[in-house]
Amino acid sequence: MRSDPAEYRLVSPGNLQAVLSLLAGEPAQWLPIAGGTDLMVLYSAGKLPNRKLINIWNIPELRQIEVFPDRIRIGAACTYTALREHDIVSREFPLLAIAASWTGGIANQNRGTLGGNIANASPAADSLPALLVYDAELTLISVRGERRVDYRSFHTGYKQTALGADELIRDISLPRRFSGYVSHARKVGTRNAQAISKVCLAALGQIANGTIRDVRLALGSVAPVPLRLNETEQALSGKRIEPSLIDAARKNVVKEIRPIDDIRSTARYRAVVAGNLVAEFLEKLAAAEANT
Amino acid sequence: MNPSPEAGAKCEVLFTVNGEAKNVLAHPMERLLDVLRNELELTGTKEGCGEGECGSCSVLLDGMLVNSCLVPVAQASGASIVTIEGMSAHALMHPLQEAFLECGGAQCGICTPGMILAALHLLEKKPEPALADIREGLAGNLCRCTGYMQIFEAVARAARRRVRK
Repeated sequence: MRSDPAEYRLVSPGNLQAVLSLLAGEPAQWLPIAGGTDLMVLYSAGKLPNRKLINIWNIPELRQIEVFPDRIRIGAACTYTALREHDIVSREFPLLAIAASWTGGIANQNRGTLGGNIANASPAADSLPALLVYDAELTLISVRGERRVDYRSFHTGYKQTALGADELIRDISLPRRFSGYVSHARKVGTRNAQAISKVCLAALGQIANGTIRDVRLALGSVAPVPLRLNETEQALSGKRIEPSLIDAARKNVVKEIRPIDDIRSTARYRAVVAGNLVAEFLEKLAAAEANT
Repeated sequence: MNPSPEAGAKCEVLFTVNGEAKNVLAHPMERLLDVLRNELELTGTKEGCGEGECGSCSVLLDGMLVNSCLVPVAQASGASIVTIEGMSAHALMHPLQEAFLECGGAQCGICTPGMILAALHLLEKKPEPALADIREGLAGNLCRCTGYMQIFEAVARAARRRVRK
């Protein structure tokens, strides 16, 4: 059943303080809406439980990308297009720029936002594994003030987050210390644009004298939350990349993930592909050193 | 527009559509698509999936390609919108429309307005697109008739003509 627009409110205060006051006044009643690429789908299908929405698309401070010597700060309502077109994001955070290019088609990239992707908290979201490997930090803001949250602890369960009922994600901060890393991004899905991933990988690594110095692996669509592969990373760290290590990594990945059968794929397929993607990255990492 | 309308209240939305100032009274969560088609009778913009997957309802909003089925009309307040009806001036076809006609880029026509607006948006950003750029620029627009090749050819042809001028 399609929704009746007469049953919904959408207010447009136009500044951050007024948005926060509304959120604080009636916690959990108001739902912020930016580009609407997720919420309008629910709304049109008659599945949006919230009847009160606040427009945050027109808040300029949420749309900025600020560059500091040690980090960049991405306003939560920055679009995928803005990320793809940003010079520093493309150069120093290619996994994020590539994931942005996989998300929807151009029209959805022009409206969909990074903060929306985080708040929507889908385990299949393409941009979230990249944030996990880049050590993203979120600034959450409310009338009570602001707090910083390590993005790795933000998703607490399937579609559950650490965001308080009166809070808004203001920005996503990324430290600028990954430009020397080998990076690898892969999406496995029925097609690149529009299709939601069966499995996606964001990986970063550093290698010296054949030994892995640092490795960072995150997968989408293989668990209730976007997943950083802590145990697999630990097992790889300090080791030489050899066929036996790659085999062991595949087994570790399968142990660490919790994939399910759904309309897009099966748990078994996802497990095999997840192992393959990590193996592919390790081969790329080894080759990167061989080529320098 | 009124910043805080009550539930059930309509709001006044002022925007520019195909160069003309328009003033409509609508519920703020009405889809831009419905306002264009039902209030402004611009039925060139089509509804396909209604969930942002097919691109049939594509329009330009302040120069940005968007799916109008996913835009609450209140967010279009103050914006400048271009629909397929705004592409041809004085009964002259836009070069993209001509190229689609020549190359057989349209069959049933449901996807065509969205395809043409996506192509226009692409050529504004990349006047000399490679085939990969055209494929990416139109990847959010689905066509179940043509098999896409004629559409890609039409966009490439229109791009060559634009650049030559």
